[in-house]
Amino acid sequence: MRVGLIPAVATGRRSRRGGAAVEPDGELVARLRAGDEDAFVLLVARHHATMLRLARAYVSSTAVAEEVVQDTWLGVVRGIGGFEGRSSFKTWLLQILVNRARSTGVREHRSTAVGDAAPAVDRSRFDASGAWMSPPQHWIEDSEDRLFAQALATHIQSALNGLPPRQREVVTLRDVDGLSGHEVCEVLDISEGNQRVLLHRGRSRLREALEEFVKA
Amino acid sequence: MLRQKPELVCQQIVELVTDYLEGALSRSERRRFEAHLAGCENCTEYLAQMRATIRLTGRLDAEDLTPAMREEFTALYRRWRSEEA
Repeated sequence: MRVGLIPAVATGRRSRRGGAAVEPDGELVARLRAGDEDAFVLLVARHHATMLRLARAYVSSTAVAEEVVQDTWLGVVRGIGGFEGRSSFKTWLLQILVNRARSTGVREHRSTAVGDAAPAVDRSRFDASGAWMSPPQHWIEDSEDRLFAQALATHIQSALNGLPPRQREVVTLRDVDGLSGHEVCEVLDISEGNQRVLLHRGRSRLREALEEFVKA
Repeated sequence: MLRQKPELVCQQIVELVTDYLEGALSRSERRRFEAHLAGCENCTEYLAQMRATIRLTGRLDAEDLTPAMREEFTALYRRWRSEEA
């Protein structure tokens, strides 16, 4: 097995972001069209985490998110004949997921507002001229410490879960799953400007959460 | 006549950070942004913290497919295929 030669791939973690020996989606899709069960499971495994996280931003529980993911795969299996490859398979897949998650989420009465209008940093930390009065304290080197980083990760995850749904979707797709801004716009059907606003609000909240964690 | 825009203040910088990192600022905005950073330790720190936040968020672990879920998906696939046939 050629992937077995690469230790990083054995953990199954970072491979989705650039493992060299991984079979491209396009080849798996071709096999899936031919009814190849292994190709199906490989595709599911590859995209599962991204799909689950994204679905989770729209619906109230992990159980419901898992249903949305399954429902999406059913749509993929039935609709794979109609996939023309104009966008990447991943974009197509996530678009189907978002459509299904949205209609499920609407049934659950979730808000779809663009984001809160709160500033990136609380106004009280600047003086009347707009200069820092309570400037950011230094903590970045600490975050490289392994144990500390682990605690930070837990904290970031809960801060991410607490973001308004649209911010959470954008930050998750961009910063956790590594999609480009353009891909995120396609998947979520939002403008570049909106994408940046949501990303900005979301990232600012996460930085703030880290700062609070470090101070505590 | 060349009109000089007023310098950006810290409170504006923190709102422009994402546009800066995304390459969405115009050339002149970018120059003003960088001119402020060159003279402001606090905003330089803030930008570094935003970068660190992005880096740390990127390290969050994925919820990978468990063996049980893998079997469940295999079973689902077989069922869907048999329904189609």
